Amino acid sequence: MIKRHPEPLLWVLFSAGGMLSGMLMPALILMLGIAYPLGWVTPPTYEQMAGLMANPIVRLALLGLIALSLFHWAHRFRHTLYDGLQIKHLNEVVAVVSYGTAVVGSALAAYLLWQVG
Amino acid sequence: MRADTQSSKAFVYTDYHPRWLRQPKHTYWWLEKPSYFVFILRELTCLPVAWFAVYLLLLIQAVIDGPAAYEQFMAWSASPWMILVNVVSFALLVFHAITFFVAAPQALIVHLGRTRVPGSLVLMGHYAAWAAATVVVIWLLGRA
Repeated sequence: MIKRHPEPLLWVLFSAGGMLSGMLMPALILMLGIAYPLGWVTPPTYEQMAGLMANPIVRLALLGLIALSLFHWAHRFRHTLYDGLQIKHLNEVVAVVSYGTAVVGSALAAYLLWQVG
Repeated sequence: MRADTQSSKAFVYTDYHPRWLRQPKHTYWWLEKPSYFVFILRELTCLPVAWFAVYLLLLIQAVIDGPAAYEQFMAWSASPWMILVNVVSFALLVFHAITFFVAAPQALIVHLGRTRVPGSLVLMGHYAAWAAATVVVIWLLGRA
């Protein structure tokens, strides 16, 4: 039996998450976190925001963005603790906590985006 | 490296890890040189990526909970601390995007027929897609 290593799959998730978050997050945080609160752009009313989130394409995009971004974080965070702070003796614990958080967060995103429609 | 190969004093075969030639590094090795620091800063951009994913989850939860919760979320977003967190996150997310796209041509080898597309073109493609995605997001969220 060939032993299958999870690292290639985790790297693909990391890579896809890095790509999606890089493409979408700067513009999203600029609007939601800076332009609306500072009044540069009029924030959407509740009805407008709820209408936007009722769109299946928007919900699917949000699910992909949130889930893959969390896996991107998990992978990079694990490796940063390993190489940066050289926390090597806790490698398994760090991996379980990181990827576990990503799995739980993705499930939560799917559940909430199901509810919001 | 596995813990057993690190701690064991017996003569075990350590796969590609000649223990005796390893220079131990202190914990803050990445403060030694600017380039090391930039590397760690790039790796730490994963924190604002995760933060903004959580922020989006909170926004979706607020929309589910109704108009009052949504207004509360918007008011919370407008508090000075949240604006500071999001401005710093924005800067790090832009840094994340640029460093990620700059690295992309090394991971993504594109062929057109039998010729390899040069890395600079692959990079320009990423920047073009980023610009298009930014326009779409600002258009979607800015027409309220």
